[in-house]
Amino acid sequence: MIWTYIFKRVLWMIPFLFAVSLVAFLLIQAPPGDYLTTYVAKLAETNEALDQAALDNLRQRFGLDQPLYVQYFKWVGNLLTGDFGMSFEWRQPVSDLVWGRMGLTVTLSLATLLFTWAVAFPIGVYSAVRKYSIGDYIATTIGFIGLATPNFLLALILMYVGVVHFGADVGGLFSSEYKNAPWSWGKFFDLCQHLWLPIIVLGTGSTASLIRVMRANLLDELHRPYVETARAKGLSEFWVIMKYPVRVALNPFVSTIGWVLPNLVSGAVVTAIVLSLPTAGPLMLQALLSQDMYLAGAFVLLLSSLTVIGMLISDILLVLLDPRVRYE
Amino acid sequence: MPQILMNTDMNSAAGPLLSVENLNVGFLQRTGVVDVLHGISFALYRGQTTCVVGESGSGKSVTARTILNMVPRPGKINGGRVVFHPDPKGSPIVLTDLDPRGKEIRAIRGGRVGMIFQEPMSSLSPVHTIGNQIIEAIRLHENVSKKRAHAMAVEALRQVEIPEPEKAVDRYAFEFSGGMRQRAMIAMALACKPDVLIADEPTTALDVTTQAEILDLMRGLQKELGMAIMFITHDMGVVAEIADHVVVMEKGHVVENGDVRQIFDAPRHPYTQKLLAAVKRLESPAPGKTSPPASAKPVLKVRDLELHFEKKEGFMGRKTSIVRAVNGVNFELQEGEALGIVGESGSGKTTVGRCIARVYDPKGEIEYNGTNLISANAAQLKQMRRELRMIFQDPFASLNPRMTVKQIIAEPLIVNGLASGADLDTRIAKLLTDVGLSPDMMERYPHAFSGGQRQRIVVARAIALDPKVVIADEPTSALDVSIRTQVLDLLLDLKARLNLSFVFISHDMAVIRYFCDRVAVMHRGKMVEIGQTDQIIDHPQHPYTKALLSSVPISHPSQRGTVQRHRYHPETA
Amino acid sequence: MSDVIASPQSSPQSTADAQDKYAVASQAQLTWWAFKRHRLAMVGLVVIVLFYLITLFAEFVAPANPTKQNRRAVFHPPQMVHVFDRSDEGLSIRPYVYEMKRQRDPETLAISYVPSGDKIYLSFFGKGEAYKLWGLIPMERHLISTVNPRDKFFLFGADRLGRDMFSRVMYGTRISMSIGLVGVAISLVLGVTLGGISGYYGGRVDNAIQRLIEFILSLPTIPVWLALAAALPPDWPIYKQYFVITLIISLVGWTELGRVVRGRFLAMKNDDFVIAARLDGASEKRIIFRHMLPSLSSHIIASVTLAVPLMILAETGLSFLGLGLQPPAISWGVLLKEAQNILSISQAPWLFIPGAFVVVAVLAFNFLGDGMRDAADPYEH
Repeated sequence: MIWTYIFKRVLWMIPFLFAVSLVAFLLIQAPPGDYLTTYVAKLAETNEALDQAALDNLRQRFGLDQPLYVQYFKWVGNLLTGDFGMSFEWRQPVSDLVWGRMGLTVTLSLATLLFTWAVAFPIGVYSAVRKYSIGDYIATTIGFIGLATPNFLLALILMYVGVVHFGADVGGLFSSEYKNAPWSWGKFFDLCQHLWLPIIVLGTGSTASLIRVMRANLLDELHRPYVETARAKGLSEFWVIMKYPVRVALNPFVSTIGWVLPNLVSGAVVTAIVLSLPTAGPLMLQALLSQDMYLAGAFVLLLSSLTVIGMLISDILLVLLDPRVRYE
Repeated sequence: MPQILMNTDMNSAAGPLLSVENLNVGFLQRTGVVDVLHGISFALYRGQTTCVVGESGSGKSVTARTILNMVPRPGKINGGRVVFHPDPKGSPIVLTDLDPRGKEIRAIRGGRVGMIFQEPMSSLSPVHTIGNQIIEAIRLHENVSKKRAHAMAVEALRQVEIPEPEKAVDRYAFEFSGGMRQRAMIAMALACKPDVLIADEPTTALDVTTQAEILDLMRGLQKELGMAIMFITHDMGVVAEIADHVVVMEKGHVVENGDVRQIFDAPRHPYTQKLLAAVKRLESPAPGKTSPPASAKPVLKVRDLELHFEKKEGFMGRKTSIVRAVNGVNFELQEGEALGIVGESGSGKTTVGRCIARVYDPKGEIEYNGTNLISANAAQLKQMRRELRMIFQDPFASLNPRMTVKQIIAEPLIVNGLASGADLDTRIAKLLTDVGLSPDMMERYPHAFSGGQRQRIVVARAIALDPKVVIADEPTSALDVSIRTQVLDLLLDLKARLNLSFVFISHDMAVIRYFCDRVAVMHRGKMVEIGQTDQIIDHPQHPYTKALLSSVPISHPSQRGTVQRHRYHPETA
Repeated sequence: MSDVIASPQSSPQSTADAQDKYAVASQAQLTWWAFKRHRLAMVGLVVIVLFYLITLFAEFVAPANPTKQNRRAVFHPPQMVHVFDRSDEGLSIRPYVYEMKRQRDPETLAISYVPSGDKIYLSFFGKGEAYKLWGLIPMERHLISTVNPRDKFFLFGADRLGRDMFSRVMYGTRISMSIGLVGVAISLVLGVTLGGISGYYGGRVDNAIQRLIEFILSLPTIPVWLALAAALPPDWPIYKQYFVITLIISLVGWTELGRVVRGRFLAMKNDDFVIAARLDGASEKRIIFRHMLPSLSSHIIASVTLAVPLMILAETGLSFLGLGLQPPAISWGVLLKEAQNILSISQAPWLFIPGAFVVVAVLAFNFLGDGMRDAADPYEH
């Protein structure tokens, strides 16, 4: 029964991803003009010019003269074979450019997700069980401020503190000696050393909202009759709370992955730009601005797919965790 | 005020197993401590059942929890004690002196004193199997292996007569019916063979036939295991069925305490007398009941009424299952008659009522005044809704909290263009007087009224349009017993004065007998029997009707053993 | 529920009064009573009212023209306002700031400001630069101005072009706060319409709208916003940018509201009092507008209040990345873009001040929204 559900749920990914690809394509087509218009404008700034024939030639080579739907189906067709097209600006296959950066984006997002859960879960439980205690007030206050501070502002403040008080630039994901080096244990440890700052910047907002989710869920559950049943059995107070209400409140908590992940992916874009991380964000922004459509399209598509997959994972986890969902 | 009436004949030689002595519990509030229990005292005896009776808010549940030192927050014990004396040779344990989180009290909770609650669904964890929860209870108090505990859990389930206990042990609470859930709760509470079982309204949420089965089960288990039972209830019928001793509570005081026969035969406190009188009045048909003349013509004819609910699921809304809520119902309602529809939850009785009011779109035929309401057009329907009105079960949900009483009663008059201005005011004032409310209450909002008063407002709205037929859907079941007869008498009075016909839906046989001329019995979407009320009650034909009637609690302890219990489990069960 | 009626303890006279007051109190009044008990929410309400007053009267509150550059005041630090003036005549209450003198280090050529010891006196409602309120009414008076019109003062310092940050933040408040409001208004229309249709009619329509909402919710907002915003020509006039940016933000923002409205509609459709209204003969329109919407309104208002800060954050983020509003438009995000350069902020940390405004505004909305949500159902507690 679980497997058929998972199978059905995975099947439903197909139309979803199809819709995502359509949206991604429409988004990159939305700006007026195309890459060549931007290119010509750029050339004009440096007083260079391209004659009409060369322009038409280029347009044909990039397939920009064909109607939209043809371009779309060509693009999707190539996608299925793993070909993301060419980047106009970099004159390189898009797949060479995106995978490394997507890998780092996924690493950063997942690490942040784990951080968020690890921090939000105990604090949320504490806040609910010791409602209106000093600790609860502190957690709530920090939570509210975390919720109200935009990622980039937090990043800026931390960078400011780094520069003014420690005299060090805290941006980036790698030290300069590892920036272009191939992967090695040294590079991995170097990454871990740099990862904490983006994780904190990125995770604060989500942690704050997850604390609130956990606290509210648990407060709902704490006074349910089944908690009293457990207490009347003679179970110790700690296990009464951990085994029953916390376990039940865990279900909605886990299902938050569905919206936390899109948030993290979004936040990662902005944070990466501020902290100049070599993740998807900065390159995507650049590609969008220069209308490098296949590169931008690949990023929008992959980032959106990431969150769709996140939703899938959260649905499957929920089915595994909650017998009531399974039963329906 | 609190009378402590220690009865001399309550004399088990061993003395009480558990005694509550002058217990006082207060709730801390912003304005100070408000006492909810005022020095209450009573005792539980081995092998005997003590019923604690009272209406909602009397402090029954707080008492039960305080015995296990589980005072709900922000409550605080501020006087008195609870003494537990399981071993006549050993020294008694003062439960209220123990640390509420300590080891000693936890060994007693679930080990020596078991507890079951009102709502079996929400009292069992939704994410753990039944077996997991019972095994936990066993292993908390007995040093046994997991395997042994599993076997004991299966045995406990078998003891409470759950079919296929080996399989049931791995099921979740939501996979069981209400009665099975409560059986599982009892199995869990009794898994460690406690000396005392505290049952907090264990049958209130159940249907009457299920209630009878659970009561039988508890009685049997008590005979077998010899524990003392503290049974909390608001239903005097249940008290008459099972109590040895009765403790009557009102507003946190024990107002009377004694042997069950003494309480029923010679109640001393006026509150007890009032409780018993309210029950007694429902034992026979209402004195002021007017039956329709034999020549009465039918006003409403229902033929082959059917309504199926389709459960839809999945992304495209495929049909997955069909619930036949109403499955071929036929009856006629005579002019000036009160026709009762009785049945348990899920029988489809409420749905029948709502089909007639055309809240739903059923199949079949509902003929009113020569028109088929099912195929009626919008204008006909609007006209018919003026003559065919409805009274709802829950007076808290059926009044719009944002409108004043005046606006609520005026609504049907305004939308049908029947009155406006000063005329409207006089009509509403008259309607309020008719239902026994003061016209000065017009500007008040529903939240300012009690349940009984709200139901009167609902009645006023129903009769505002001078209807011919009223569909009353469990109009008294949300009310306390003492209010029920008042509302029923009001309806009887209006029925006679305005020549109304009633379709009266209820699960309560006593209410039906009090109010209805004829009664139809529904079971799983079908009408299994229909006839004159006294005839059905005295000589039921269909086995389900027999089961239903034999499950109705007796009204006096002297009738114990006189009613033979019928069970009805058709193959589809 | 009706404790007031049930409690016999307090003195009979006062309870009788309280009872009457409670009995005839409408739900709006009960909600207000419940809300008033929520202290943080009241603080939030006051802050938000203040911010919207600034939004309305930005020209009046700002002492200077926010776009006027001043080469002699580049990175001028903020000045403290002193209230008690100790002069030869004794102590008097008269606000002033100390004048700052510009200095150039002869060796490093770095510019710094030092107090000259002279006082610049300030006055309320004094005459200053001329402006047009709302672009219509010519006025000269400002909330605060210098007594001597030739003096300048910088409460929040000045930016790299010597523009007065305080004035810029006030104008930024206008745009950022109003974008939140307009964005929410658009979301509300979309959310209530689609959510209402979805909840009221159910069936296939409901299914389609639900899938749409799920789909939009699963998209990561920032990449989508970025892609949409990148499509805007940067040379558009401010008002056009403003509306398109607002539209982009609310296209994503309506989903949450839509869900809330749908859920409530769905639940309420089968509430007894709604069925009762139908049986009373009330028309579909009357059922929706007289019975259902008023009951939904408090919940909707609470959700809307909680949605405004999301809009503000979205605008700030987009503008910060250079894809939202473009200078010369002024919003908190545009102002914070100036703080992007690590060298500027290490030299002029007061460029963070707009960030503080963002945080305070978002907090205030959250407090207010939480309080309203708790008070929305005065019968539940």
